[in-house]
Amino acid sequence: MRAILALVMLALLSAPALAVRPDEMLADPVLETRARAISEGLRCLVCQNQSIDDSDADLAHDLRVLVRERLTAGDSDQQVRDYLVARYGEYVLLNPVMGPHTVLLWIAAPVVLVIGGIVVFVGARRKRAAGQTALTEDEARALEELER
Amino acid sequence: MSIELGHFALVLAFAISAISAIVGLVFWKREVLAGYLQQGAVLQFVLVAAAFAALIQAFVVSDFSLKLAYEHANSAQPLIFKITAVWGNHEGSMLLWVLILVLMGAAVAAFGRNLPKDLLTLVLAVQSLITAAFSGFTLFTSNPFLRLSPAPFEGQDLNPILQDIGLAIHPPLLYLGYVGFSVCFSFAMAALISGRIDAAWARWVRPWTLVSWCFLTLGIAMGSYWAYYELGWGGWWFWDPVENASFMPWLAGTALLHSALVMEKRNALKVWTIFLAIITFSLSLLGTFMVRSGILTSVHTFASDPTRGMVILALLAAFIGGAFSLFAFRASTLRVGGLFAPISREGALILNNLFLATATVAVLVGTLYPLLLDALVGETISVGEPFFNLTFGVIMAPLLIILPFGPFLAWKRGDLIAVTQRLAGAAGLALFAAVLCFALTGGEVSLAPLGLLLGFWVAFGALAELVDRAKFFRTDVVTSFKRLFGLPRTAWSTAIAHFGIGVTVIGIVAASAWQQELVTTMVPGQGVVIAEHQVTFEGMEHVEGPNFVSDTGRFAIRAPGGGVRTALAERRVYNASGQPTTEAAIETYGFNQLYVQLGEPQADGKSVVRLWYKPYVTLIWLGCLLMAGAGFLSLSYRRLRIGAPKPASARAAAE
Repeated sequence: MRAILALVMLALLSAPALAVRPDEMLADPVLETRARAISEGLRCLVCQNQSIDDSDADLAHDLRVLVRERLTAGDSDQQVRDYLVARYGEYVLLNPVMGPHTVLLWIAAPVVLVIGGIVVFVGARRKRAAGQTALTEDEARALEELER
Repeated sequence: MSIELGHFALVLAFAISAISAIVGLVFWKREVLAGYLQQGAVLQFVLVAAAFAALIQAFVVSDFSLKLAYEHANSAQPLIFKITAVWGNHEGSMLLWVLILVLMGAAVAAFGRNLPKDLLTLVLAVQSLITAAFSGFTLFTSNPFLRLSPAPFEGQDLNPILQDIGLAIHPPLLYLGYVGFSVCFSFAMAALISGRIDAAWARWVRPWTLVSWCFLTLGIAMGSYWAYYELGWGGWWFWDPVENASFMPWLAGTALLHSALVMEKRNALKVWTIFLAIITFSLSLLGTFMVRSGILTSVHTFASDPTRGMVILALLAAFIGGAFSLFAFRASTLRVGGLFAPISREGALILNNLFLATATVAVLVGTLYPLLLDALVGETISVGEPFFNLTFGVIMAPLLIILPFGPFLAWKRGDLIAVTQRLAGAAGLALFAAVLCFALTGGEVSLAPLGLLLGFWVAFGALAELVDRAKFFRTDVVTSFKRLFGLPRTAWSTAIAHFGIGVTVIGIVAASAWQQELVTTMVPGQGVVIAEHQVTFEGMEHVEGPNFVSDTGRFAIRAPGGGVRTALAERRVYNASGQPTTEAAIETYGFNQLYVQLGEPQADGKSVVRLWYKPYVTLIWLGCLLMAGAGFLSLSYRRLRIGAPKPASARAAAE
């Protein structure tokens, strides 16, 4: 089903092109590596869930060129990202920033892990405590298990 | 005519499933009912299969009076793509969904003879309820049997990207897994309604979990490989919402597989296991909702009709809400279980479940958060690959570290120090292998060697269990081999599945960290070198396919070990739709692959060529095959045991 992805991508184009084209690439390998790294974290806005580094769309091409222009002009990586966020909004960042509106996103999994860990820990302790006091019940249970 | 027969068969299946569901749920205590529901389940399967066959027949003979065939097929398509076109669209794929659902119901009816009658009745009734809901959804909002009059002379085309053998394999496998978990859900509902929740229940439900899990593993792996070779930029996992939709049931299903083990062997974790059975199928339903409703602006979404989305959302709410209400009502009554120390097989499996559940939550939140934020606050953000790689990776790492300990620990009370000693050899080997790779790749400091260390640790740790149980190095070799092949099949399947995870991890790390890429323009006769492979562009050919024309680039690849292979990379244009696609040339060398993609011709007669060398990339999917294979191996053993009706009938008789 994943393959459907290409459908809209292709529909947006007259002909499929490659993602990074040779004529886009910068002569300076250090700058080009930085450009690639930044591109991988930027969303192709007209595609679904694709970075501009992977996408064939014309807009992705324009953004790739833009990133390289900013880098050549001497911007830092963060300045390039900030520039694109100012232009296109946070939607352009594949890695969401930490902020009041994304705090739940970032802490959800750690919170579940911690709460789950506490539940498991407390449950185990309670069970052991119960096992030590309620001996008769324990015996009955053990007996039941032997019979099985 | 056959289309109307198929339509009627589906209506009939809907009616039978609705009646089975109502009668079964109301009168489940009457033992005589089980036989009727079994027949009803088989009948539902026969009818839906007939409906599906009618669609296939219409597509095969290119009957374009069928609206669906007109919209998604073309008479020039090869036969195989005419057949797969049946489910390469919303309506047909819903019918495939229902077909797999009733197939599972019929399988329960066929293999469930030794289940207690009331439990069987309830399972089949719940299964029928799901069938009624989704066959009704198909009939009323996504009817595949609509006709056109006058019938068009020629059909439109199946999306060219889908004209691939992947469409023949991927959706059926994925649905077998996805929808297969409905059986676990039905068993959980039956257990909650009847109050019969014991180790025997876990034993009955485990084979269904296992078979669904195996198919889902294969389906996801196949989908990943399909995307890898078809989409043409060599990526194999994108954390796309639709991928996540199939991955979440897999994570929850993996947790279920392990917790059901605890329930079966030790009669513990009952509430949690029931909860997981509900969650797993709920995630399957959520996935169906996300894909089918159009809520994702994803291009995967075939349907963008909001009424469909609302109906599925209502079904989703009804099933999940109903299930959890029942769960909340009943869960308090079943809080007894076997006792165990924290350091034990049970303890390890609980940790496994904790991490897998957290990983599921991480993927779920990452998938739904942007949708919810957009809907509730109106802010749009993207949650993409970097986020998932980070959060998922951080959760998986500890799980992989503790994984080899699990099978070594004894039930009830384990000895961690003794287990660590027995795993020392595997740990040493893993460290050695990882350091060796680190040195061979130039000693570049990165996370990659650590990732490899994890992969080797899991793989060697899995093998260490077999070595240990066979008593290698502690007794003579002949005895050890005898012991090795005398080990129960479950020991083998555990080791192979865990080994498969290690293999997949090694493949992921190696292919991500040491991939080489070359983007260039070439003229015929020109050559480049990538990862010591000499690639020569020999020239372009114009090829006419059955329903497309192709500009085929011919490449000669000379591998470092000698030998020249010819690879063909294509740029196709499909006749009916005029849509272009690219077909990459992929050559496999051992576990490595060389991936050549042909780009558009430049004005000066040069062609853009993109080459990747992907070391050990095939391990990613081979590991998945090992996991699924291990599951089937365990199943082949398990079924024999299920066939022996001692505990079930003895218990039923005693009650």
